[in-house]
Amino acid sequence: MLRFLIGRVLQGFLVLFALYTITFFLAKAMPGEPFTSEKNISAETKANIRKLYGLDKPIWEQYIVYPKNIITEGSFGISTSKGRPVIDIIAQSFPNSLMLGLCALGFAIGIGVPIGILSAVRKNSWIDWSCMAVAMIGICIPSFTIGPLLQIYVAAHIPGLKVAGWGNWEDILLPAFTLGLVSAAYLARLTRGGILEVLSQDFVRTAHAKGVSPTQVILKHTLRGGLLPAVAYLGPAFAALISGSFIVETIFQVPGMGQHFVNAATTRDEFLLLGLSLFFGLLIVVMNLLADLLTGLLDPRMRQSGGTD
Amino acid sequence: MSLLKIKNLKTYFHTRAGTNRAVDDVSFSINKGEIVGVVGESGSGKSVTCHTLLGLLPQPPARVEGGTVTFDGGELLTLSHLRLREIRGKRISMIFQDPMSCLNPYLKIIDQVTEPILIHEHVSRQTAEARAIEMMKKVGIRDAELRAHSYPHEFSGGMRQRVMIAMALVTKPDLLLADEPTTALDVTVQARILKILHDLKDDLGIAVLFVTHDLGVVADIADRVVVMYRGKIVEQGNTRDIFEKPSHPYVKGLLACRPTLETQYQTLPTVDDFLQSEVGADGSFILSERTDAKKRLAGLQKQLKCEISDKDIPTTLLQVKDLKVHFHSGGGFLGKPRRTIKAVDGVDLTIAKGQTLGLVGESGCGKTTLGRAILRLQESKSGSVLYDENELTSLNRSEMLGFRKRMQIIFQDPYASLNPRQTIEQTLIEPMLVHKIGSNHSERRDRIVSLLEEVGLGSNFLLRYPHEFSGGQRQRISVARALAVEPEFIVCDECVSAMDVSVQAQVLNLLRELQQKRNLTYLFISHDLSVVKFMSDDMIVMKNGQVMESGNAEEIYKNPRSEYTRELLDAIPKSTLSG
Repeated sequence: MLRFLIGRVLQGFLVLFALYTITFFLAKAMPGEPFTSEKNISAETKANIRKLYGLDKPIWEQYIVYPKNIITEGSFGISTSKGRPVIDIIAQSFPNSLMLGLCALGFAIGIGVPIGILSAVRKNSWIDWSCMAVAMIGICIPSFTIGPLLQIYVAAHIPGLKVAGWGNWEDILLPAFTLGLVSAAYLARLTRGGILEVLSQDFVRTAHAKGVSPTQVILKHTLRGGLLPAVAYLGPAFAALISGSFIVETIFQVPGMGQHFVNAATTRDEFLLLGLSLFFGLLIVVMNLLADLLTGLLDPRMRQSGGTD
Repeated sequence: MSLLKIKNLKTYFHTRAGTNRAVDDVSFSINKGEIVGVVGESGSGKSVTCHTLLGLLPQPPARVEGGTVTFDGGELLTLSHLRLREIRGKRISMIFQDPMSCLNPYLKIIDQVTEPILIHEHVSRQTAEARAIEMMKKVGIRDAELRAHSYPHEFSGGMRQRVMIAMALVTKPDLLLADEPTTALDVTVQARILKILHDLKDDLGIAVLFVTHDLGVVADIADRVVVMYRGKIVEQGNTRDIFEKPSHPYVKGLLACRPTLETQYQTLPTVDDFLQSEVGADGSFILSERTDAKKRLAGLQKQLKCEISDKDIPTTLLQVKDLKVHFHSGGGFLGKPRRTIKAVDGVDLTIAKGQTLGLVGESGCGKTTLGRAILRLQESKSGSVLYDENELTSLNRSEMLGFRKRMQIIFQDPYASLNPRQTIEQTLIEPMLVHKIGSNHSERRDRIVSLLEEVGLGSNFLLRYPHEFSGGQRQRISVARALAVEPEFIVCDECVSAMDVSVQAQVLNLLRELQQKRNLTYLFISHDLSVVKFMSDDMIVMKNGQVMESGNAEEIYKNPRSEYTRELLDAIPKSTLSG
């Protein structure tokens, strides 16, 4: 187990380093520089600013200095557009995105998984058809459609719900629902497929032959195996949910991390871009690891290849 | 009074393609403490009968169209789901064919074995666990207390089937339905499982309905036998009577077509030698005995195996020396330390031109790997493969291509080894194109047509896809594909193992006929000793990647020298009761 974990952590570092390398050189390859679109400034001032941020050094040196600073000082650089440390920007906006993402995940699991189970159990009935049709619609409709619809038809009619804003607990409901809807739809489809797959297996027939009740056949014999595809999807999906969505956060005026992704790119703020990318990569790596651990917990056959004794 | 009485049972499958009368007017009964064998080939309705009793068939498409099933005085078929669940696993238990897939991989063994007790009886978990472990010991699982807390994948096939049996018997049912419980197991394991079932029957006084396709198994274990064919019972009676004087032509055919260690025929009789079926006015089958059955058999009898001494002194075609194939598992980035599996560990063998070398062994003994290593479908670690005085192991890809034309293979599973997206014509033409046989399409097509005729299929099958054929027909197509490049040497890798005995006899006959006609050389791999004996001139017995014994097939069966060969021979179910 420990060996497996160490292996995966080292693998994670490799992934992050590859991600850093790609992002770094892509950012360098972008036309223009952080300060090209700024006000008219003298060449001398510009050179000073560049020196301040270390942008005057040769590209190879910059490539090495950034990770070195992360390790030695825990510094992810200073945002060239905001003039604040990247780590502060993340620390300020990530909790909001995290809260929003967790709620969205709650919606997604709370809606998606039961619908998937129901669909599988009532396979090829009108319940199944309608659930899957709704799920398909959920996948197809973009959040910039759902969001405004919710604002117009829900927020405007229910007292206490604001159309947009951030501060009270109820402000989180509508954006979280909007954000979680697509995941809910995917989860429903994956859960349905997973459960149907398991239901067709021989050991389910064995369970029936033992006299196990239909409910117990689902809960005890089917659910663990049936949820495996959903769990595999949830790892990266969870990372995407909590790292903020530009669209949803913009529609509902949530001060989350999503806006920074877009801003960093448009302002050529390469330190912010690198910091956010690495942070997002870290989330993905950690969540995938958690998903794999959960898979091992659900499926004993996976544990062997994972390295437990 | 009989424990279970089935009367005029009809179970049909209603599909878009039409109605399949899977079980059509079946009546028989089982007494307390009795073992009744239900025998039939695939599609005979034997398993469907078994599943109907406990309401385990998916409905639709299945529907019980008529009949009654009386169990201990009460009617089973009309029971509510709730009442039926009280009987399932408590009074009637069931074990299934494939122990690999019939246990829940996500649950610990102990949880699965205690489950029937906890569902049906109001006892504490401790009591249930104690009883489960006691039963696991009874079916021969050593260190049951310890092993109970592992998962199914940590058990071998034979051990899993023991777990299944323990799980079925832990509630001390009155009746055990056993649906092909030993089919997926090796002969030695099968012999052990049969013994366990037989002992437990006496011990617990349970009745057993034993469904199987193998008459030999039934002879060993059953008090009475019911033979089914196309949904109907063709004959039933005491086991001894059925084996000694079968009256129905199908049963006669079934008994005759299975090669036994005593078989002396050159060609195996098939069911068709005994039975002719006509389609009646209402679409049902009318079965009758062939009037010329005796004459046909007499004809077969005459063609006794010709002695090898008649032939010229055979020249060696293939010589394998100290061949080793090792597999490594683990050893990934910071993974577990590498473990070496010696699948083939220093094997020597020689095959003479025009002869058959039989290769037997149980699953995991390395026989398939050996066959593949000879053809270089699997790279070997060391050793030499001399084919017609050429060393194959050192050839590169393009040099090997020339030999690929001369050496072919027929695989075990005719369902998986034909590309489902290619027509038969495409399947058969592909090897010809690779080896540049035939100058144009029509020439190749003509060759295919004659090939299909040679393996007993018509040319009207050319444009069809594999799923439209039965298992036996598909294996004929596989044979035709191997023959398409006119090879001299063919590896038959368990090529009849997945078949019913009647179909097996036809394919074996075909292989022998082709061998005579084309002077083919076979490496015939099988786990079935009777089949290997029927096919082979010489044979070798393998275990754990090594050769245990080799020599003339006839000699080995008469005087097995190694302990392991003797064990294998003893484990074969007798096909006659006289033995």
